[in-house]
Amino acid sequence: MSALLRIDQVALRRGGRLLFEELDLTLAPGEAVLVRGPNGSGKSSLLRLAAGLLSAERGRVERAPLALADEHDALDRELPLARALALWGGAALDALGIEHLRDVPVRLLSSGQRKRAALARVAGSGARLWLLDEPINALDGDGAARLEAAIADHLAAGGALLAASHQPLAGVARTLELGA
Amino acid sequence: MIGALIARDLRRGLTGAAWLPAAFFLLVATLVPFAVGPDARLLARIGGGILWVAALTAALLPIERLVEPDRADGVLDQLALHGLAEESIAAAKIVAHWLSFAPLLLVAALPASALLAINGTALLRTEIALAIGTPGLAALAMAVAAVTAGLPRASALAGLLLLPLAIPLLIFGAANALLLEAAVSLLLTAGAPFVAGAAIRASRT
Repeated sequence: MSALLRIDQVALRRGGRLLFEELDLTLAPGEAVLVRGPNGSGKSSLLRLAAGLLSAERGRVERAPLALADEHDALDRELPLARALALWGGAALDALGIEHLRDVPVRLLSSGQRKRAALARVAGSGARLWLLDEPINALDGDGAARLEAAIADHLAAGGALLAASHQPLAGVARTLELGA
Repeated sequence: MIGALIARDLRRGLTGAAWLPAAFFLLVATLVPFAVGPDARLLARIGGGILWVAALTAALLPIERLVEPDRADGVLDQLALHGLAEESIAAAKIVAHWLSFAPLLLVAALPASALLAINGTALLRTEIALAIGTPGLAALAMAVAAVTAGLPRASALAGLLLLPLAIPLLIFGAANALLLEAAVSLLLTAGAPFVAGAAIRASRT
């Protein structure tokens, strides 16, 4: 089975500072890794590198089609939620418990509800590789439980997950520690 | 995806303050008779040039909403993840920007030409030159918006960048040299997506 994400001997430099080097990480179908580390250790940068939004100074990155949820929700404030998500090909509103918000303008949503919307976009994307940056932040207990259920379904269906978080994520045992 | 992006940007352009550049254009044209006096012959002689100066300054107004909000909101990142090259994103945004900017400007040129005592045939020539030149102006605005996105005092910087680069459009447009105007406009329209695309990639952090 071929890997969905392969990071091979990668070094990443941001603003003149070397965040990490000789980093290896391979995600096969069904695998999940939680990236941990202090603030500024390069967790978000690693996710953006995996997404192809940043390029490595050295090394190689290969990736399957992927979906990313980071701190930016990329939703047009003035539109109802369902229409704002339609630009990105729809979303799994049910899975994150926000089906009842589909006609509410994005600007009226709370930060937790917008976080759920961004996660619903990833869950509904059909991409086999998920990249989640601080997915638990701003979520309540119900949101976290729904996210963990969605992740479990995704992994069971042969998907892979790379998440960066300070908090543990149920069902994701493998961790990658980044230094400061 | 490209079509959806053009439709989305056009909707945002029109539901936002699309009338603002056109109103500004009209206002600049209104100031000139006050400044130089109501001599119809003088106004008719300089009127075409005034309309071009007004169009250039009006083109500055929308710059700060062209790229920066989408960069800050992560829209540009998500578009890239959906497989769009940054150059394609920029090209789609130029099309949407021109559609929300130029037609209103051409309409605003009608009352402006009355204020400047421009007669029918001269007005027609100016409208044609504006129609030819505005794609280049919209493309230039997009490139400048992408280059300055995320910088402090971006809008002042954008003005300093755009106005000198728009001088060829102004010269050939005001002189009614339509072929040269078309050549400059084509060059800007063809080159701007690459400039804007590179700037979008370079602004990622």
